[in-house]
Amino acid sequence: MTRTVEIAGIGIHPFGRFEDRTVTELGVTAVREALREAGDPQFQAAFCGTAYAGVAAGHKVLGALGRTGIPIVDVEAGCASGGAALMLAGGAIRAGQYDCALVFGIEKMPRGIIRSSFFEPWREEAGLAATPAYFALRAQRLMRESGVTKDQLAEVVVKNRANGVHNPDAMFRKEVTAEEVLASRVVCEPLHLWMLCSPNEGAAAVVLRAAPAGGTGSRVTLEAAALRSHLPGSVLSEGTPLSGLADDDIEPPTTLASHAAYEEASVAPDDVDVVECQDTDAARELLSYEELCLCPRGDAGKWITEGVTRLGGRLPANPSGGLLSKGEPLGASALGQVVELVTQLRGQAGPRQVNGARVALGHTVGRGANASVVIVRR
Amino acid sequence: MPARPVHEGLFTDGHLIGGRCAVCGRHHFPAASICPYCGAGDVARVELSETGTLWGWTAVTAAPPGYGGDVPFGFGVVELPEGVRVITRLEEADPARLSFGMPVRFALARLHTDDNGAEVVTYTFAPAAGP
Repeated sequence: MTRTVEIAGIGIHPFGRFEDRTVTELGVTAVREALREAGDPQFQAAFCGTAYAGVAAGHKVLGALGRTGIPIVDVEAGCASGGAALMLAGGAIRAGQYDCALVFGIEKMPRGIIRSSFFEPWREEAGLAATPAYFALRAQRLMRESGVTKDQLAEVVVKNRANGVHNPDAMFRKEVTAEEVLASRVVCEPLHLWMLCSPNEGAAAVVLRAAPAGGTGSRVTLEAAALRSHLPGSVLSEGTPLSGLADDDIEPPTTLASHAAYEEASVAPDDVDVVECQDTDAARELLSYEELCLCPRGDAGKWITEGVTRLGGRLPANPSGGLLSKGEPLGASALGQVVELVTQLRGQAGPRQVNGARVALGHTVGRGANASVVIVRR
Repeated sequence: MPARPVHEGLFTDGHLIGGRCAVCGRHHFPAASICPYCGAGDVARVELSETGTLWGWTAVTAAPPGYGGDVPFGFGVVELPEGVRVITRLEEADPARLSFGMPVRFALARLHTDDNGAEVVTYTFAPAAGP
């Protein structure tokens, strides 16, 4: 008999740029808030997602709080690091290994285009470590295969930036128009600067606790946290290989993770009321609708135009403002989504509230390739 | 001073050097000793076709990390008859001048001159002359 996992507390340090604070301090803020919400429980293990914070980064955060001695595991899975940490903690609680675990993500990203030890030096020298160019190639394929237009890419930015106005933890809190988005400089055709999220800094934390099965009441439960990596052969996979196969039917890691999560949570895509999905760039959000099986292939552009994923639409996407408003601190972004979704399920999201939300899905995908899909429910 | 390839074993003067797996029959690039698709260790190094078709493209407008060459430069995916799609520089840096399925041909591109005065070259693809 597996156990139900409750999300007993959430905490966040705003996403942005904080020259005067260390990554440890960002983590301390988020962790203290989550622990306070949960009633300051004795947790038996901690999992910390981070890609850039270095050796024993999670230990430093808990060391600053005098909460070491327990197992502390730092987890790196690119943009899905926080989702990976959540999977490990949730699984351990379900299996009865722990009754309570702390999961947090911290990051202070380098400025500019994300430099990654992932690429060999010659690949950088040859100009083939151009991360936005890979995003652009994916965007171009989406436009070709799903009929998405550049105006629809701009509409994604307009939607998310409008949502971000209402999120005090977001980096950009000003509305933009489609004209402004399309007037920003072209980084890599078809992507303009404002269609790309900014790497930045932040932290997020959740406390997981075993809960008796049945009668969830007002509790928010973790129904699924699935992590998958890429299958070989997709040339535009977030694994950023140097070549792939002439095969268009290789399932992307997001789809693999979503199938696993829907099964684990016993929910169908139609049951989802609100989604936070990877919007590293505007096209990535639309691709996510399709890869998560939320909409049929080819409908993502129509969905954004018809306002399906706007606040007030049938399936609001990125009510937090998404990474386009919040910025992207890799290790913290997946848990930042969970903080948003729990806030939504509790009905505490204020002007960006998705009314009546009961089932919420969080999605990240990135370097590795790694994809995580998290489902929470009230 | 002679030209120096950006990395050994990637290309000759006229072709990319790929691998063909004797077990699953699939091609990959760059050549590896173990097939990245089936894990078999029986891989032959082969010259990949010098011509292919354009499958995707963009232009890089700002120098990416570790790159010392000129911008903008073309960047895209070329599909070769061996069933391989290769990430590559493109000689054409104006996206408006490229199209899906356009025939392209292997070429060498000069990246920059290194500290020893040698020209560093890499592989690229250029629009092929019509039939």
